[in-house]
Amino acid sequence: MLELKNITYRVSSPDGGQTILNDISLTIPDHKLVVFTGPNGGGKTTLAKVIMGLVTPTSGQIFYNGEDITDLGITERARRGISYGFQQPPRFKGITVRALLTIASGNESLSKDQCCRYLTQVGLCANDYLDREVDVSLSGGEVKRIEIATLLARGSSMMIFDEPEAGIDLWSFARLTETFEQIHQTRTATMIIISHQERIISLADEIIVVGGGELRHRGTTEEIFPLIMADTLGSCPVLSR
Amino acid sequence: MFNEIDNSLLEKIANLTGKSVDALNIRKDSGCAARQSTEHIEITEREDKRGIVIRIKDGTVGEKCYIPVIITKTGLQEEVYNDFYVGENCDVEIVAGCGIHNSGCNEARHDGVHTFHIGKNSRVLYAEKHYGEGDGEGKNVMNPQTVVYLDEGATMQMETVQIRGVDSTKRSTKVVCGAGAECVITERLLTHGHQEAVSDMEIVLDGEDARGRVISRSVAQDESTQLFYPRMVGNTRCFGHVQCDTIIMGDAKVRSIPEIAANSTEAQLIHEAAIGKIAGDQLLKLQTLGLTAEEAEERILDGFLA
Repeated sequence: MLELKNITYRVSSPDGGQTILNDISLTIPDHKLVVFTGPNGGGKTTLAKVIMGLVTPTSGQIFYNGEDITDLGITERARRGISYGFQQPPRFKGITVRALLTIASGNESLSKDQCCRYLTQVGLCANDYLDREVDVSLSGGEVKRIEIATLLARGSSMMIFDEPEAGIDLWSFARLTETFEQIHQTRTATMIIISHQERIISLADEIIVVGGGELRHRGTTEEIFPLIMADTLGSCPVLSR
Repeated sequence: MFNEIDNSLLEKIANLTGKSVDALNIRKDSGCAARQSTEHIEITEREDKRGIVIRIKDGTVGEKCYIPVIITKTGLQEEVYNDFYVGENCDVEIVAGCGIHNSGCNEARHDGVHTFHIGKNSRVLYAEKHYGEGDGEGKNVMNPQTVVYLDEGATMQMETVQIRGVDSTKRSTKVVCGAGAECVITERLLTHGHQEAVSDMEIVLDGEDARGRVISRSVAQDESTQLFYPRMVGNTRCFGHVQCDTIIMGDAKVRSIPEIAANSTEAQLIHEAAIGKIAGDQLLKLQTLGLTAEEAEERILDGFLA
């Protein structure tokens, strides 16, 4: 179980300070699929990064499986079972897809068949990609899918995906949602997915709308989806006139 | 005949582990420690200067020739001239390399001058690994010069590696490509401490449809310095590509000056050069996969120089 208690993140700037996350408290039980959604700049990614340790909150505490992990670094959190799929994954000159999956799995003798399984789950053909370097020769969508495959290879108990749909074509996206659904059904991991996609939102046990650095709404798809639609239309000053 | 230090050096620079090989010449402390010719590859002593002559007969396919040099005496300095004559229609691999174990306080230096004449339609894979070690204060210095003449349709794939231990190196490479010939040079270099490395390269695409490619990847750590000067010259219809990438760390200094020169409207030449530190998001990504920051850095460098 993941617990965030009174998480606040403030940044200072020349014209004063800005609160990015404001006193957020949140509990996510094991094996749930939770979607963070909400307007751009609302704090979704920062909140997810706080969980992985990529951003250090100004105040507040984080507990994972009962342990206070607030002061733990990224590596320690990763070793306790938290993983993170970047919205814009980095590229590595000289590191092949296979090497990256091997690092992710922590198994130096990761077999080709296993690599193939992870790549198939994100809609890539292993034969075309295993020996390719994760460098600029790959398209944004390809790198993104390889990024997601590294999380599958890692097999952690908590997987955080930051906009997994971004840059991915419709056909591959369908394959990807099947994979999320499968992980969810087999109850092998807790998933936090930052997304605006209706298809992903519809898979969620709970939707959390993050906006203005706060949790605006929480609830099931049925409860929250109409609110999102209303909010979306209502937020346009031209349309609302 | 070979002690533990020799065997370790030979394994590091030429992957020689005592198993039988095709042609072989091991130079140790300025003397010949082993020599073996085959039916197709003849190795003989040079008469005019220090060094050897390697003659590979026409049509030799699938044979390997090892010519490593090891230096284990502090203060030993030598210049060696090796000439290679590769016949026509060959497909061979030549493994060179130099390993120095310097446990004294004097400079040990090996300046190797290799000249290749590669016959029509022959294909040569040339690997050269430089390695230095030893707990003495004496410097390990290697200044290799490589000159390659590629006849019509010939191919040279040259892979040079120098990872740690060489205090000073000045590398000079010149390749002249005939019609339809191709040379691919892959250079891997890591300097640390106060080491200095200079790589001066000239590839002349002289014959029609000649192709040249230089892929240089280096890592400069601590207070080391590196200077790259790869030049690609196109004299006719040809294609050339120079790519230099460096990761800079600590207080290192790197200059990279790729040059392309076209003497024909049909020459198509491209160069790319980049110097930068390890990207922060690369380190963060690998940390999210459970590596420490130090392990992540090592993986990134290993991959980059692989």
